[in-house]
Amino acid sequence: MSGDTPKIRLRGLSKAFGEKRVLDGVDLDIRAGHGMVILGGSGSGKSVTIKCILGLITPDAGTIEIDGQDILAMSRRDREALNDRIGMLFQNGALFDSLPVWENVCFKLLAQKRITRAKARDKAAEVLAQVGLAASVGDLAPSELSGGMQKRVGLARAIAAQPDIIFFDEPTTGLDPIMGAVIDGLIVDVVKRLGATAVSITHDMASARRIGDDAAMLHRGKIVWTGSAAVLGDTGNAMVDQFARGEREGPIQMELRR
Amino acid sequence: MRVSIGGAERLDLVLNPVAALGRAVLSACRTVGALALFALEGLSHLVRPPFYWRLFLRQLVEIAYFSLPVVSLTAIFTGMVLALQSYTGFARFNAEGAVANVVVLSITRELGPVIASLMVAGRIGASFAAEIGTMRVTDQIDALTTLSTNPMKYLVTPRLLAGVLAMPFLVLVADILGVMGGWLIGTTKLGFNSAGYLKATMDFLQVMDVVSGLVKAAVFGFVITLMGCWCGYNSRGGAQGVGAATTTAVVASSILILAFDYILTEMFFAR
Repeated sequence: MSGDTPKIRLRGLSKAFGEKRVLDGVDLDIRAGHGMVILGGSGSGKSVTIKCILGLITPDAGTIEIDGQDILAMSRRDREALNDRIGMLFQNGALFDSLPVWENVCFKLLAQKRITRAKARDKAAEVLAQVGLAASVGDLAPSELSGGMQKRVGLARAIAAQPDIIFFDEPTTGLDPIMGAVIDGLIVDVVKRLGATAVSITHDMASARRIGDDAAMLHRGKIVWTGSAAVLGDTGNAMVDQFARGEREGPIQMELRR
Repeated sequence: MRVSIGGAERLDLVLNPVAALGRAVLSACRTVGALALFALEGLSHLVRPPFYWRLFLRQLVEIAYFSLPVVSLTAIFTGMVLALQSYTGFARFNAEGAVANVVVLSITRELGPVIASLMVAGRIGASFAAEIGTMRVTDQIDALTTLSTNPMKYLVTPRLLAGVLAMPFLVLVADILGVMGGWLIGTTKLGFNSAGYLKATMDFLQVMDVVSGLVKAAVFGFVITLMGCWCGYNSRGGAQGVGAATTTAVVASSILILAFDYILTEMFFAR
């Protein structure tokens, strides 16, 4: 792999559900060791894009390369091996209700027999500490946690196996602004510590500026802008600036059903 | 005012029901095909390591142990009612002595497997569909994939195996308690001699009667767990979708139990 090869490269990615075309030729490069934030309105295809990269949805056309390898052409075994290097924080945490927190955190390590059950509790306590939670939280059930704590446990689960690519699906949605900033701070810290590549999708502009180095705007299934996350709101692209400032008037017309 | 219908519209009126029927048949074929592939994939993980023994044991306890009260009560009352009803009927032509024979035959061949399975379908089929359906709509199944765990191997295969092994055990218990329910009514209410009733039961009972019931139970156990897992795994649309999946799992598995009961009875006992 050359130094210029992006960590993740999408080319012509397309996906339709019935008559509805959700992705319509998405081209995107994500740099290794950087944070990419994908912006876009509801239904613009952000979640479908990362689900395609994660192998949860098979695209109709296009290529997805990770470290220069076309993952859609990989064997099932190679694909599973690739998943070992990937972490994911779901929007609602997606913690397993039937398992205590410590088992949620160490789920991947236990599934791959990289750790014994006896040692998993200590490992979970160590990872929970990295996201600012006490070891005693490990014995609780996910249903006993607040929204912010569930996000932190989800983050702990995503980083426990030390992945080199981490996906964040709306990491601050449903949280108050202070807790949102706390979660963003934790994301920046753990991504930096792991030296990982982070891909986030969000509507939250403050969050996008905090966790992103680069940003891309997805609109009607196409990437319409890419650039630095620092200039969001002042990009010179009318569509991105309208979205970033949350303005009603502009090139993006929301479809309202009356 | 009369509205005239043109030739093309008239043809549409004729063809629309045919097209609807065709769509329904195609949809049914697609569903059966998808269900068969789902079952095959679930079974294929039995021989492809790793196997989640801990989850299998948990499901075995959930089905076999926690279903015992409901299955036991149902079986006892079924045996009691059967003894009463058959006594009333047989008394009309002086054949009261056949009560023990009819009770043991009906319980072991038919009522034990069917009643126990319908009870378990209500309990376990609904529980599996609701649990897996909730996991589906809250992204927990997607999370399993991202955590290097095959959801079919983790969620479906241990449940299928537990269902196939637990149901024969429950039906054996239902057989014994059903016969004891008949004996209880026979000896306390209908005036049968205890030893005589039990002797008539044992003399008339054949190994094949019990074995056929246990084979039926294993098939019904597979059907219940398969439908619970399938409906939950394919549920969509939040709480309403999970509710619909739960209802479908119970209704579909109940109908399939009765359909397979006929097929298996035909296979075992048809002359």
